[in-house]
Amino acid sequence: MVYRLRTPLKEEDIKELNAGDIVYLSGTIYTARDEAHARILEMAEEKKELPFDLKGSVIYHCGPLMRELDGNWEVVAAGPTTSARMSKMTPELLKIHDVRAFVGKGGMDNVKESMDNKAVYLAFTGGCAALAAMSIQKVTHVYWLDLGMPEAVWELEVKDFGPLVVGIDSHKNDLFLEISKKAKAAYSKLE
Amino acid sequence: MSNPIHYDTVVSAVFDILKKAETMLPDDVVNSLKMAVTDETSTVAKEQLEAILKNIEIAGNTKVPICQDTGILIFFVELGRKAVLDFSLEDAILEGVRVATESIPLRPNAVDPINRNNSGNNIGKGIPDINYELTEGSNIKITVAPKGAGSENMSAIKMLNPTEKDRIRNFVLETVLNAGGKPCPPIIVGVGIGGSFDKAARIAKSALLKNVDDMNEEELNLLEDINSLGIGPMGLGGKTTALAVHIKKAHCHTASLPVAVNIQCWANRHASVTLGDDE
Repeated sequence: MVYRLRTPLKEEDIKELNAGDIVYLSGTIYTARDEAHARILEMAEEKKELPFDLKGSVIYHCGPLMRELDGNWEVVAAGPTTSARMSKMTPELLKIHDVRAFVGKGGMDNVKESMDNKAVYLAFTGGCAALAAMSIQKVTHVYWLDLGMPEAVWELEVKDFGPLVVGIDSHKNDLFLEISKKAKAAYSKLE
Repeated sequence: MSNPIHYDTVVSAVFDILKKAETMLPDDVVNSLKMAVTDETSTVAKEQLEAILKNIEIAGNTKVPICQDTGILIFFVELGRKAVLDFSLEDAILEGVRVATESIPLRPNAVDPINRNNSGNNIGKGIPDINYELTEGSNIKITVAPKGAGSENMSAIKMLNPTEKDRIRNFVLETVLNAGGKPCPPIIVGVGIGGSFDKAARIAKSALLKNVDDMNEEELNLLEDINSLGIGPMGLGGKTTALAVHIKKAHCHTASLPVAVNIQCWANRHASVTLGDDE
């Protein structure tokens, strides 16, 4: 099935998605990778409010390549980064914030329980930075630029961002895990 | 005596190969990806490869980097021993990197390993990584290979026992299995066998520069094994987990058997230039 969704995402929006479905996203997405995840968790611990709203949000695992022209930022290239690096911080993040979707590449480890009935993981083709940049209409804002260009949180306006493959749905199905199990079985035959 | 090579020539040559490497993939890699689309039977795998080819086309036409991870920059310099230079070659390469970072532009990727402060220009302690090799003649050949972290992070090295040569194949396969979809498959697998701890890694990396089609029987067999795992493009399943396996060997200590596996994503970016008047 192919779905076209608009942010902010509602619980109903993501609950109808099944692993293997295709999604095109429009609306606002926030980039966040290692350092931004760490800071979001740190601020929660210190009971500080975030400068952006993660309710119904989409987090894009991406460290974009941006260019500043006359005080405005524009996207040069913005493909997904390896999502697995954020695996450990994601269950905690989902306890604190109602993030509805994560977009990245390569899959995530041990997160399907924390996404149960709450969130989905969507995979965009890794390395396709020029392609991804074409669906980014605008850089709305940048937060935490002190973390450096790749690690800062970039608020982006996207239109028909995709095709995104539902890698982990909100019903504990994980496409990457399935493939990985099959690969392990194939390897045991080769040994 | 050969004609001197000038500082500005090197700076602009470094800029040119960086721009080429970051925005255009070598033909052998593109052709191999095109063949993979035809070979794949799964729709998901085909779609991933088609997105990759579309991305390559957009990047080439608009002269923007193929991937936002423009990598850390690894240079291989073949320096003719009769080349005449009246400047620091390293300074010229760094200047080329500085200009390229600003004007292509490239993502600033070089950070302090502990405090993670970004230098902002892809230059820092030991980075870019410049490798020199002395050659005959008076030419200088400079190759740049931007290396992304997604695939580099999935690379591995193992000091096997000398009697464990049968484990080499297992180690390569386990490294690929463990990497799954994380290094952006279809990958190119560089294998360094022998040398020392660091030499094995170094030859594994330089093996990635070879033409993807240039494989011997040993490499083709390993490729077949890797592709039988079914990890597929982006780890979403399929026949194409790797496009190529390249093995390089070096003599090693009688008590050692180092094996390094350097994984390269599908964006096997590299470009070269030769400066000088030697034919």
